[in-house]
Amino acid sequence: MDRSRRIVLKGAGATGALAAALAAGLLRPGVAAAAWNKAAFDAKTTADAMKALGYAGAVESKDIQIRAPEIAENGAVVPIDITSNIPGTTSISVFIEKNPFPYTGTFDVSQGALPFVHLRAKIGESSPVRVVVTAGGKHFTAAKEVKVTIGGCGG
Amino acid sequence: MADPMKIRASLQGDVADVRVLMAHPMETGQRKDASGNVVPQHFIQTITAQLNGKPVFGADISQAISRNPVFAFKVKGAKAGDKLSITWIDNKGDKRTDEVVVGGG
Repeated sequence: MDRSRRIVLKGAGATGALAAALAAGLLRPGVAAAAWNKAAFDAKTTADAMKALGYAGAVESKDIQIRAPEIAENGAVVPIDITSNIPGTTSISVFIEKNPFPYTGTFDVSQGALPFVHLRAKIGESSPVRVVVTAGGKHFTAAKEVKVTIGGCGG
Repeated sequence: MADPMKIRASLQGDVADVRVLMAHPMETGQRKDASGNVVPQHFIQTITAQLNGKPVFGADISQAISRNPVFAFKVKGAKAGDKLSITWIDNKGDKRTDEVVVGGG
């Protein structure tokens, strides 16, 4: 292995990352414009979290595809794929209803990303995974049950 | 600073298929260590992604995301050679940014 080449690469990587960090710091108020919604993240039920996010009254939709295992062997890492076929989708939110704090996150796809996201979540016990899609200012929802044999929370 | 992210951005037509692995403990604040003390919360809260400096994807997440988080998303209108950068910020204010070239090896 050519050592000098490695050092050059490493150096380039570090300066690149620094420049990007500066740019990100300056440009940040774009995506995820709303501040991290503490009230929603602290909510202990999906209903309360949805209320805090303004998602109350979301309409059931068949145009949201949730791909997750029927039975998760390891609740600490449950892969979830979500695709929205609703035109004008701007964000995708995930709630794991039986977790101590159900609201797991919101993914903003309004600025040039396709209405798709893959994530891996901890699921403490068998629970519906509820998804809320925002499209054109309206909210749509769907859910999929995931059975967990070994919990993801606690030690 | 935390370990670098592993980012892959492969091009399919004009869509960049992005996968990212972040090195982070994602402590929930519910777990106890060997001596019975609660391990304090430590988790990534916000993620932003930019294509050539323009925001394209963002996320607000909770501690329920798995340790060493993996995400995938798809960015429209990308071409080979574009620069994709991802930044995360955690609840202690730590942050990290990494960048890759779209379609690069």
